[in-house]
Amino acid sequence: MSEQSPNIPKRKMNTTTIKRLLSYLRAYKVRFIFVLVCIVISAAVSVVSSLFLQTLIDDYITPLLIEAVPDFSGLLHIIILMGFIYLVGVLATLFYNRVMVDIAQGILKKIRDQMFSHMQTLPIEYYDTHTHGDLMSHYTNDADTLRQMLTISIPQVFSSLVTIIAVFFAMLYLSVWLTLLVVITIFIMTKVISKIANKSRQYFIKQQASIGDLNGYIEEMVNGQKVIKVFCHEKKAKETFDLKNDNLCDNATKANKYANILMPIMNNLGYILYVLLAVAGGAMAIAGVTNIGLTGKNFVSLGMIASFLQLSRIFIHPIAQVSQQINSIVMALAGAERIFKLMDEKSETDDGHVTLVKAKYENGIMTETNESTGLWAWKHPQADGIVTYTKLKGEVRFYNVDFSYEENKPVLHDITLYAEFGQKIAFVGATGAGKTTITNLINRFYDIADGKIRYDGININKIKKADLRRSLGMVLQDVNLFTGTVLDNIRYGNLAASDDECIAAAKLANADSFIRMLPRGYATVLSGDGSGLSQGQRQLLSIARAAVADPPVMILDEATSSIDTRTEAIVQRGMDSLMQDRTVFVIAHRLSTIQNSDVIMVLEQGRIIERGSHEKLLNEKGKYYQLYTGTGGQA
Amino acid sequence: MIIKKLMSCIRQYKKDSLLTAVYVVLEVVLEIIIPLLMANLIDFGIDQGNMTYILKMGTALLLSALLSLVFGAFAGKSAATASAGFARNLRRDMYYNVQNFSFSNIDKLSTASIVTRLTTDVTNVQLAYQMVIRLAVRAPIMMIFALAVSFGINARLSLIFLASVPLLGAGLYLIIKNAYPIFIRVFKTYDKLNSAVSENLRGIRVVKSFTREDFEKKKFEAISGEIYADFSKAEKLIAFNMPLMQFCMYACMLLVSWFGARIIVAGGGNPDAGLSTGQLLSLITYAIQILTSLMMISMVLVMITISRASAARIVELTNEESDLKNCANPVTSVQNGDICFEGVNFSYAKNADKLCLDNINLSIKSGETIGILGSTGSAKTSLVQLIPRLYDVVSGRVTVGGIDVREYDLETLRNEVAMVLQKNVLFSGTIKENLRWGNENVSDEELIQACRLARAHDFIQSFPNGYETHLEQGGTNVSGGQKQRLCIARALLKKPKILILDDSTSAVDIRTEALIRYGLKENIPGTTKIVIAQRVSSVIDADRIVVMDDGKISAIGTHDELMQRSSIYREVYESQAKGGVINE
Repeated sequence: MSEQSPNIPKRKMNTTTIKRLLSYLRAYKVRFIFVLVCIVISAAVSVVSSLFLQTLIDDYITPLLIEAVPDFSGLLHIIILMGFIYLVGVLATLFYNRVMVDIAQGILKKIRDQMFSHMQTLPIEYYDTHTHGDLMSHYTNDADTLRQMLTISIPQVFSSLVTIIAVFFAMLYLSVWLTLLVVITIFIMTKVISKIANKSRQYFIKQQASIGDLNGYIEEMVNGQKVIKVFCHEKKAKETFDLKNDNLCDNATKANKYANILMPIMNNLGYILYVLLAVAGGAMAIAGVTNIGLTGKNFVSLGMIASFLQLSRIFIHPIAQVSQQINSIVMALAGAERIFKLMDEKSETDDGHVTLVKAKYENGIMTETNESTGLWAWKHPQADGIVTYTKLKGEVRFYNVDFSYEENKPVLHDITLYAEFGQKIAFVGATGAGKTTITNLINRFYDIADGKIRYDGININKIKKADLRRSLGMVLQDVNLFTGTVLDNIRYGNLAASDDECIAAAKLANADSFIRMLPRGYATVLSGDGSGLSQGQRQLLSIARAAVADPPVMILDEATSSIDTRTEAIVQRGMDSLMQDRTVFVIAHRLSTIQNSDVIMVLEQGRIIERGSHEKLLNEKGKYYQLYTGTGGQA
Repeated sequence: MIIKKLMSCIRQYKKDSLLTAVYVVLEVVLEIIIPLLMANLIDFGIDQGNMTYILKMGTALLLSALLSLVFGAFAGKSAATASAGFARNLRRDMYYNVQNFSFSNIDKLSTASIVTRLTTDVTNVQLAYQMVIRLAVRAPIMMIFALAVSFGINARLSLIFLASVPLLGAGLYLIIKNAYPIFIRVFKTYDKLNSAVSENLRGIRVVKSFTREDFEKKKFEAISGEIYADFSKAEKLIAFNMPLMQFCMYACMLLVSWFGARIIVAGGGNPDAGLSTGQLLSLITYAIQILTSLMMISMVLVMITISRASAARIVELTNEESDLKNCANPVTSVQNGDICFEGVNFSYAKNADKLCLDNINLSIKSGETIGILGSTGSAKTSLVQLIPRLYDVVSGRVTVGGIDVREYDLETLRNEVAMVLQKNVLFSGTIKENLRWGNENVSDEELIQACRLARAHDFIQSFPNGYETHLEQGGTNVSGGQKQRLCIARALLKKPKILILDDSTSAVDIRTEALIRYGLKENIPGTTKIVIAQRVSSVIDADRIVVMDDGKISAIGTHDELMQRSSIYREVYESQAKGGVINE
């Protein structure tokens, strides 16, 4: 969970993050302006409503008290008028709340989709260096704080700001002196508040970090739960959990404590302000101090003080609200920052311009076509505008290739190899010798440091990655299946394949018989990465998946390691027909799997130390011979 | 039921929860008093220009505000303590229960769902709980006090509030009732979204090599579209809350203003004859307080309904009972490494049509080396998992050291039966830390000795940090073969009476594997060794080889015997001999 700690937001909110968030609003410009207008209306109505009471008493009730025969029609008018104003306010509230839901959810969907779609473009390296838990939390925690901010915090803060400004001018209108007093008090208040809010924020950040820490721990432990059971490691697992859990509890308590204290402090400081104003106003009135309002000089009147006090009450409430929302905004921005960081991760570079197209021969010349001819060609636009077509054969050549995952830790040295069309090339060697690494270079999961790789004579860096990979079939040792039916999983290799083609592929891989034993045959839904299947069965499915893709080049990386040899012998027949007319790279520990290869390369510490056919290598009595006979070494 | 179960997790935080309620009540009382003081301050202080009165009321007001602040702060503090503590207990209970799970419990629940329960669901319940103890007490009391005071001021006008309460209540109820099922659906879709992302992450190599990025995007967009649609729908319903509340509030204000004005005028503004203007203002203040309280209650209800789904999922996990338990007087020592299967039938599902293991009879002597061969799905793993009692038999019995495994203390049994799982896991931490799982107090010499036996010492030494090398989660920074050897070393450190290797050397090259086998034979001769393997060479020198076929033992014997008797064995041997796998 190394990614958790560096994400502590700076004291100042990151303006670029805010700007970037705002840019999402652009698509909703009209609607968002509508929302803002509605918020202004709604806030204005609520200010008017607070002021209305004073008017009601001063302008209507008090005069009526003196009239001998009170005429209520004026009062009725103002009440009906207010009814209309209120109705407008209520409708404005309704509109902005509902429209804001659209905007917020729309933005969230866009962010989620963009995040996922960007994630698809990241290089394998990124996935090697980030834990799944971390990446997942972008979709859950971080997106959720954003939702809260968009639907709740932004409208509330804006509405509060509108109210604060409106009331501020109303106060200035009544009395500059008293407003000054309010400003000073509020200034002191915000100092106190920001101290507390700061404390709270610190602990919220700590809380987030301990949540991440705990989540990571839980995920790892639950994933390895079976190992924990086998080693009776439960007590230890509980001890560490308790530590992390208590740590989270501690930080959560502190964070929430400060957040919870904020509201009562705001409210009651409001009362204290009220008393101050009453005392100051009363003193001014009694002393007959000249009042300065926006309208000019006058005397401090008792009615004015009462109105002012009323205003001060309305003034406090939105300030309290803003201060309450600050925390969730800070947290949401931190979440947004993390999300944007993911979106800014550099995609796999792909400067390729050579693409794979369907082709046919027309008068002996290869041309592009839309039909499925079974013939594929590399479309190679040259610098001078001429487009050439090269037949896709599946020839792979390495010239003096060096590679390292980390700098200064070379994994492959000076690898040179030729794989001609239709050949079967095998890699053997101890674990860590670099066998898988070679195949990872062919499909450009990683890029080479030095040397050249050519595919059908084309520098593979010039081939568009998607097209390059489309021409390669991979069967890996660790099989990953997806939620969906068995048939869907096979079809993953070729989305256009018909049911019959998928079943034929399953038969080829000898998976058909066990699939038919499943509760619903090919329609059985696999969930949780096909956890109901054995490792061997999963490998069979994976082979079927590659078979249905029908690529010219196949890479089999320990593809049959979990299949017992008896089944493998049966699968082998299918595999043989699968390998026919294809270039195949095979990695296997089981030498039976590879001995009929055209070329066997023996790797040791990133170098090819022996190469040749099975017979040739046996005769050489070198490393391969040792591996094959199980002799040599320290034993 | 769910609530009751959850409540039982409050435990030591009951005190803080109750204190919160007490502080909240005191705070509310002061909040009711303060508007009265303020009304007095205006009516008799400012309006009369009475400075002494202003100061007197001002002091009272200040004191009340300070007290209210103190109570409010205390309430906030204890609410935070109580809810965070409650969440801590929930997580702890769930996690502890997961530690008690048997393999079949673990099979049933996916990792992702356990993690969500421990995290998101707990957070939901924690928030809801904090809201409940703060607001659920505050709102009704506020409402009752405010109603009481306003009835004291003017009963007839207060009837207006009384009438508006059911109106608002009914509206809120309707909103919640319609939104709840949608929220439930949204959470289900969230699960789908999470599993789509996690599958994508795990299978990224497959996605990329088949260039299915666009396909995955479409899949994801369909799910996120569902969330968008449902969430919008639910939140749009919730969006009626505020306007509805405002509508009731404004309506109350207008009605109170109109009727209030008439009463004031009729009574000549004399409080005794009806109502004063100051009282009118107080009435409206209370009206707002009453409706706000109702609003809070509705918010609490929304929170509770939303968190109800989470609560149910939490309780489901805490209530999940392990189906493997220690018997009443468990045996706490294992005599020797004898193993005996007597008429064992086994299946993973309780009432499956087909048994996974069918009438297995097998007796293994202490110190024997037994190889197990058989095709994929022939139940080799199922067979050995019964020995450390990872699952219970359906019928028949398995004995270790002459005693039924069900009579042992689980920990004792599993400490003596070390099993290296097929799908093994290393944990983040140093190599040494991982190895120490086998034995807490092992010395460095013993550690190295075990690693030598597992042929792991050399490659560990080749790392710059040696035994202190940090392993990433899942051990992704070592190769498959290295991982397997570390797992074997870890199991060896237990010094078990029985060692089970379930296809644990599949990624180790043949030569190294042979060295490991040789080492085990020489160094721990007294330990019963059971080896499941694909390669005949892995088991060829075993004392006896068990050939499994479709849940049954097809043949038992030494290599030579089986070559004569077992056609399956012969077939396997020949298929591999041709490939040159077997050459000793």
